Amino acid sequence: MIRKALWLSATSVFLTLFTAGGHAEDRVVNVYNWSDYIDSSIIDDFTKKTGIKVVYDTFDSNEILETKLLAGGSGYDVVVPSANFLARQIQAGVFQKLDKSKLPNISNMWDVISERTGKYDPGNEYSVNYMWGTVGLGYNVKKVTAALGTDKIDSWDVFFNPDKLAKLKDCGVYVLDSPADIIPAALKYLGLDPNSTSPDDIAKAEEALLKVRPYIRKFHSSEYINALANGDICLAIGWSGDVFQARNRAQEAKQGVEIGYSVPKEGAQMWFDQMAIPADAPHVAEALEFINYMMTPEVIAKSSNYVLYANGNKASQQFIDKAILEDTSVYPDAETIKKLYTVKPYDPKTQRVITRTWTKIVTGQ
Amino acid sequence: MTDIAATAAPLTETTTLPARLAKGFVSRLVIIIPYLWLLFFFLIPFIIVFKISLSQTAISMPPYTPVLDFSDGISGFFAGFRELNFDNYTWLTQDALYFNAYVTSLIIAAISTILTLIVGYPIAYGMARAPATIRPTLLMLVILPFWTSFLIRVYAWIGILKPEGLLNQLLMSLHIISQPLVILNTYTAIFIGIVYSYLPFMVLPLYSSLEKMDYSLVEAAEDLGCPPIGAFWKITFPLSLPGVVAGCLLVFIPAVGEFVIPDLLGGSQTLMIGKTLWNEFFSNRDWPVSSAVAVILLLVLTIPIMFFQQAQAKAQEQGR
Repeated sequence: MIRKALWLSATSVFLTLFTAGGHAEDRVVNVYNWSDYIDSSIIDDFTKKTGIKVVYDTFDSNEILETKLLAGGSGYDVVVPSANFLARQIQAGVFQKLDKSKLPNISNMWDVISERTGKYDPGNEYSVNYMWGTVGLGYNVKKVTAALGTDKIDSWDVFFNPDKLAKLKDCGVYVLDSPADIIPAALKYLGLDPNSTSPDDIAKAEEALLKVRPYIRKFHSSEYINALANGDICLAIGWSGDVFQARNRAQEAKQGVEIGYSVPKEGAQMWFDQMAIPADAPHVAEALEFINYMMTPEVIAKSSNYVLYANGNKASQQFIDKAILEDTSVYPDAETIKKLYTVKPYDPKTQRVITRTWTKIVTGQ
Repeated sequence: MTDIAATAAPLTETTTLPARLAKGFVSRLVIIIPYLWLLFFFLIPFIIVFKISLSQTAISMPPYTPVLDFSDGISGFFAGFRELNFDNYTWLTQDALYFNAYVTSLIIAAISTILTLIVGYPIAYGMARAPATIRPTLLMLVILPFWTSFLIRVYAWIGILKPEGLLNQLLMSLHIISQPLVILNTYTAIFIGIVYSYLPFMVLPLYSSLEKMDYSLVEAAEDLGCPPIGAFWKITFPLSLPGVVAGCLLVFIPAVGEFVIPDLLGGSQTLMIGKTLWNEFFSNRDWPVSSAVAVILLLVLTIPIMFFQQAQAKAQEQGR
């Protein structure tokens, strides 16, 4: 009896599988984006407007996305890697050139951002910007004031000066576990070229980081969000949007934790998340339609209002909440933007030196 | 039993030739399936990983070269074959990092295994000696944690162990300590995490070997004047050895390659092979070197186990 029931269910599963295959007439676009990175009503609106169904999937690290793309046949139509990863993926032949004639909204884009993303994707032929931000200092205002006697955190000095960081050791310092973000910051602090690949310069950055290493509690690329929000740590080098997330969580929790974010005055690294279409994407036309929709000023403004990141769409700025647009930690003023720098991806040989240096800094081996 | 059935009904359909062939086929299939499983899910993936470990990195899709395929015909396949070499393995010997990572992982796994055994044995023993009516409930309680995500359970330990966490609050409110203990981000936290997460893998095999044991042997020993501790070491423990070995292997092998627990609970200074492999694969994008690391890890794990099994088989033969 039971066996019969099992056989029945097995065969019916097979039947549904095969018949489902026949209904593939509906228009679909498979989107792979960072987790917590969109106002989900945007997706519903897109489907209502175009009739294209969005299969929305999320990742939480560039490395995971890259591995899927490099292995090939990911099945995704729109992916959102960060620009330094994108540059290398373009070289590897992962993406296809965008058909600009299908992207009329591209005229809305912000030249200040496009010019910089062009360093990763020459001519912006393969990608358009989704969101961008900075790598800076997230801090617990009360704890830092108590330890340092000031809440004016505006320089890398608070981190790279061992005397200052020593005072923050006990309340806790977290650092991104990402050499491509931290080593350029050390170079910038030392007055060197953040893009330097010279072994001598990297050794100097290593020295600067080893000096403050004893005062760093942990290197991790996501845990600092919770740690900041719960008041477990007082300083984190992190990505702007993550720190804002921590700030909001702390506000919601109402435990009296106040989080600040600062873009160091010496200059900070900019990062860009870029929408691109894999070379083997199954639904290219739908992907282009999706990207074009995301460049509609009202739509991308809605997304920025939700995720609290700046976007690379100039025309959208009139629709962005005043509080966000005027927050210089999200949209830095023109003066600060000039000081922000970008870092080119490393060649494989330099990458190996950087990773090895990083392991030495982090583990001491 | 089957003989009686066969003689009682010698002319039933089960004895016709095609049925007998079918029966032979089925029993052979039963033997073949595990081998097929090993072939498809172990040997073939291993060969692919091994092949990649002999390649070089490249900025392409996939990120290594040569890619062996038959699109250029047989000669192209063999031309690609000649480009393979053992450079990546030589590379691993040139930097002490890899050796240190292997050794640290083995030591952490060994210590965790011993701790898990110490914690797990009394639990399994208590379960096996409990009244038969409540044993299923106890068994259920051991398995129950599996119903929650492993990640969430490890995250919960962050909340317990952190400086302002539950454990420190409790100890401080009882005035046992005046300063919070620093446990999170240390090796102690890794051991706690591994022991906690892998405890069921130790308890279940121990329980099944202890439950089958004949306790009248222990009673006999005690009747003959053996103290309870002596009886335990002379009778119970030796009889539970198969469970001890199975439990230790089940804990030790995954603990060597553990990645999540050291990442979340351990400090950044922890250098384990899982993290090293992650760095090679994701940060350096060097699939060949990371494959070489994985192949060596497999050898480090399987060779001692094979020797152990051989020694055990020999010991069993001598025992007969």
